[in-house]
Amino acid sequence: MNQPVENLTHTLGTVELRIPCKAEWVAVARLAAAAVANRLNFSIEDIEDVKLAVAEACTNCIQHAGGQQIQIVCETEPDALTVHVRDFGRGTRPEAIASRDDEPRLGVFLIRSLMDSVEYDAHPEGGTTLVMTKKVSG
Amino acid sequence: MDIKVNVRVTRGDTYVVDLNGEIDVYTSPKVKDAIGDLIDKGHYNLVINLEKVRYIDSTGLGVLIGGLKRVREHGGTVNLVCTNPQIKKIFDITGLVKIFGIYDDEDAAMKALV
Repeated sequence: MNQPVENLTHTLGTVELRIPCKAEWVAVARLAAAAVANRLNFSIEDIEDVKLAVAEACTNCIQHAGGQQIQIVCETEPDALTVHVRDFGRGTRPEAIASRDDEPRLGVFLIRSLMDSVEYDAHPEGGTTLVMTKKVSG
Repeated sequence: MDIKVNVRVTRGDTYVVDLNGEIDVYTSPKVKDAIGDLIDKGHYNLVINLEKVRYIDSTGLGVLIGGLKRVREHGGTVNLVCTNPQIKKIFDITGLVKIFGIYDDEDAAMKALV
């Protein structure tokens, strides 16, 4: 993450979670993200979108990046939710995954389809942060 | 979070796989094994009932796609039963509605196999 969590004072609230980089913990991350999204005026459908996008991001960390942990930071604003998902392994940038893995990248496609913006931030020390934002519609 | 998998045979030789729960990176291997076992035993026309599935992600979709690819090699197919709008939306977004037969009830999914 480029911006330390303690500096995010302009947001309504920030929730940070670290989970082991293991499949059995993805449900915890997606449910936590859905609970945060529920604090905003998202529709049920939008909350489900956030839930799936966060799960896909975590799944990518597990399947493609490795490392010990995944960090999930949810920043709430009045009209948007931004979720940062960081791995501490080999990174999850789509082009890096494509060079290592021939499997279809359905997860990345879903993230891009469900969220309003998606960016990747590669860290010099290793790992990637995927930053994705969903705006409250209507 | 878990997935319950129930395999049953109906109308003589058609197998139905009932799934109940959430299909994600943790639970999808269980679904993959169930579908794989049926295919290994020579059952190439399958109905997978997603009516009690509350959540599916790309790994779950991958398992269904993998199963469909395998049965098609033998001239078979996989039909799905699904009415959950959120799950249907995922099939829509990914274009999988064009690949799978998706039906509102099991009877329709069975009839379409013939």
